[in-house]
Amino acid sequence: MADENRRSRNRKEWEEHTLRPAKDRAPERDVPFTTVSGMDIGRLYGPEDLGPDWRFEDRLGWPGEYPYTRGIHPTMYRTRTWTMRQFAGFGTARQTNARFRYLLSQGQTGLSTAFDLPTLMARDSDDPMARGEVGREGVAIDSLADMETLFSEIPLDRVSVSMTINAPAAVIFAMFLAVAEKQGVPFAKLEGTLQNDILKEYIAQKEWVYPPRPSLRIITDLMAFCARNVPKWNTISVSGYHIREAGSTAVQELAFTLADGIGYVQAGIAAGLDVDDFAPRLSFFFNAHNDFFEEVAKYRAARRIWARVMRERFGAKNPRSGMLRFHTQTAGCSLTAQQASNNIVRVTVQALAAVLGGTQSLHTNSLDETLSLPTERAVTIALRTQQILAEESGVANTVDPLGGSYFVEALTDRVEREAMDYIERIDRMGGIVAAIEAGFPQKEIADASYRYQQDVDARTKTVVGVNRYVATEDERPEILKIGEEVEREQLQRLAEIRGTRDEAALKSALADLREGASRGDNLIPLMLAAVRRYGTVGEISQAMVPVFGLYREVSVL
Amino acid sequence: MEASRRLRLLVGKVGLDGHDRGAKIIARALRDAGFEVIYTGLHQTPEMVVQTAIQEDVDGVALSILSGAHNYLFPRVLELLREQGAEDIVVFGGGIIPEEDIPPLQAAGVRGIFTPGTSTESVVAWVKGNVQPRRL
Repeated sequence: MADENRRSRNRKEWEEHTLRPAKDRAPERDVPFTTVSGMDIGRLYGPEDLGPDWRFEDRLGWPGEYPYTRGIHPTMYRTRTWTMRQFAGFGTARQTNARFRYLLSQGQTGLSTAFDLPTLMARDSDDPMARGEVGREGVAIDSLADMETLFSEIPLDRVSVSMTINAPAAVIFAMFLAVAEKQGVPFAKLEGTLQNDILKEYIAQKEWVYPPRPSLRIITDLMAFCARNVPKWNTISVSGYHIREAGSTAVQELAFTLADGIGYVQAGIAAGLDVDDFAPRLSFFFNAHNDFFEEVAKYRAARRIWARVMRERFGAKNPRSGMLRFHTQTAGCSLTAQQASNNIVRVTVQALAAVLGGTQSLHTNSLDETLSLPTERAVTIALRTQQILAEESGVANTVDPLGGSYFVEALTDRVEREAMDYIERIDRMGGIVAAIEAGFPQKEIADASYRYQQDVDARTKTVVGVNRYVATEDERPEILKIGEEVEREQLQRLAEIRGTRDEAALKSALADLREGASRGDNLIPLMLAAVRRYGTVGEISQAMVPVFGLYREVSVL
Repeated sequence: MEASRRLRLLVGKVGLDGHDRGAKIIARALRDAGFEVIYTGLHQTPEMVVQTAIQEDVDGVALSILSGAHNYLFPRVLELLREQGAEDIVVFGGGIIPEEDIPPLQAAGVRGIFTPGTSTESVVAWVKGNVQPRRL
């Protein structure tokens, strides 16, 4: 029995007098108390876990002030809740345009475009490698004609648009600019984000064309072009999402993402840009996995590390350069095909972590995403989940509600420290490009993902419905099918474009682009010229191959 | 000792799909189970996979496809193997494959199909029961 009058004066006393007898009566559960990433978590956190040097002013500060641990805005969601941005794209541009207009009519506040695999790999729909993949995982875009359809009746001066594209990001961006011209929208009014994060492609998602160094040159051209002409555009969304989906731990996700960010800043500076001219337009993109507190700690640590790196390492003066803004997507890899309705609950917990971590925008996955692209019904539930969090749960009422929790602060410090260890290791290897060329992040991720799978197989990590609480009869949600006709329709459309454009004008634009690539000119205006002549993603990308070469991966198992 | 020759397996990624987490886990698990494993790396065409399978004289080919292109890629690999007279190489695989696509793929000759949530142990057990060293 607990002693009514007992008041322990410190942890040691408490452990001896209160904890030990309680454990003797009822031992703790015989499970590993670890995060989903395998980090050990203690029984109880108190002031002593923060260490003697822990100062509120250094570690937390005030919201909207350096080092932004508590958030980048002084009022956070009291002024404006996060942007609800559901990633969408499938089939033809016409079909995706209809889904976009549906999402906007349902209260979504920004657009996010998913492209199909051939487009992501800078291949045209009639490329032999594209067979069977046209319009399957995203929208098929070959030429400006498709982009015109994609954004038809969507006012680009009022709706912010995110485009998840990397290898041919600059070409797709040029097409977007050309659509804006046709809509009569000045470039300076365009708001949105291009993922344009090629470094994480070599690390995790594996969609590339050229080797890392020429790819970085295209990116610095785009940063320079936007700094002058499209000032409100986010030029890179430095992405940890795919790193996590490839099987990394939370710390690896954070460390490799920030190391990529550092790589872009170094490239920009090396290209002669002023850090404060381009760094404010870099944004980030993180995963939200199941382990609630680990994720919250990750977002808070991310802001603190970036603020310090930008100030101390790169001498940034503009406060916006060190403000880490980020988008979050819930973890696709955490969803299960078994008992798919349970995914709604997983997504809710993950989304809550993103919100309590201070995200600027959020995509919530649909319950059916392990089965196929989401149906309209599933997408609606996912969007409603965000609306319930924003408007019913009360979590948007105050800034950084978890700040000051001994556990959250100790975990934030630890995630920061472990991520910095990785970043310093990468620095010693000569930076992120050298580390990628040596296969370092790739190997770390493959190891972590194999460890996790072994834990799931051994049931030391629970996946409800998969390795525990398995149902004999499973539900079968309706799924979205992409018909064969999408590929046929797209091929026909591409043939029409090829048949009606001015080939001679296009040829000369492509020749100019190739020359510009070898001369070192800024490539964006040259791409824009080729795009206006209805050059395709494949043709424009191929035009630079003789200068830049092709990337070949050395696979690490 | 033909009969006790270790199984040789090719783990392949066909098409443009870059999601190699599953393929790498399966390749490692099969290797850890004692099989000889060759991993093709990314972005292979069906022709490249079949050529490697024949050159490396493998007993089985495991394909990982998460792009939705399975209805084209699996049958194409089987067709090319038949053309090369290598239809005795066991083809199996996994990925995001809707339930209703499984019977037609099996009818086309895919011997095992594994969907999300499959444990590596069950894949290893299936290989032991269904893939034998080919006659040489």
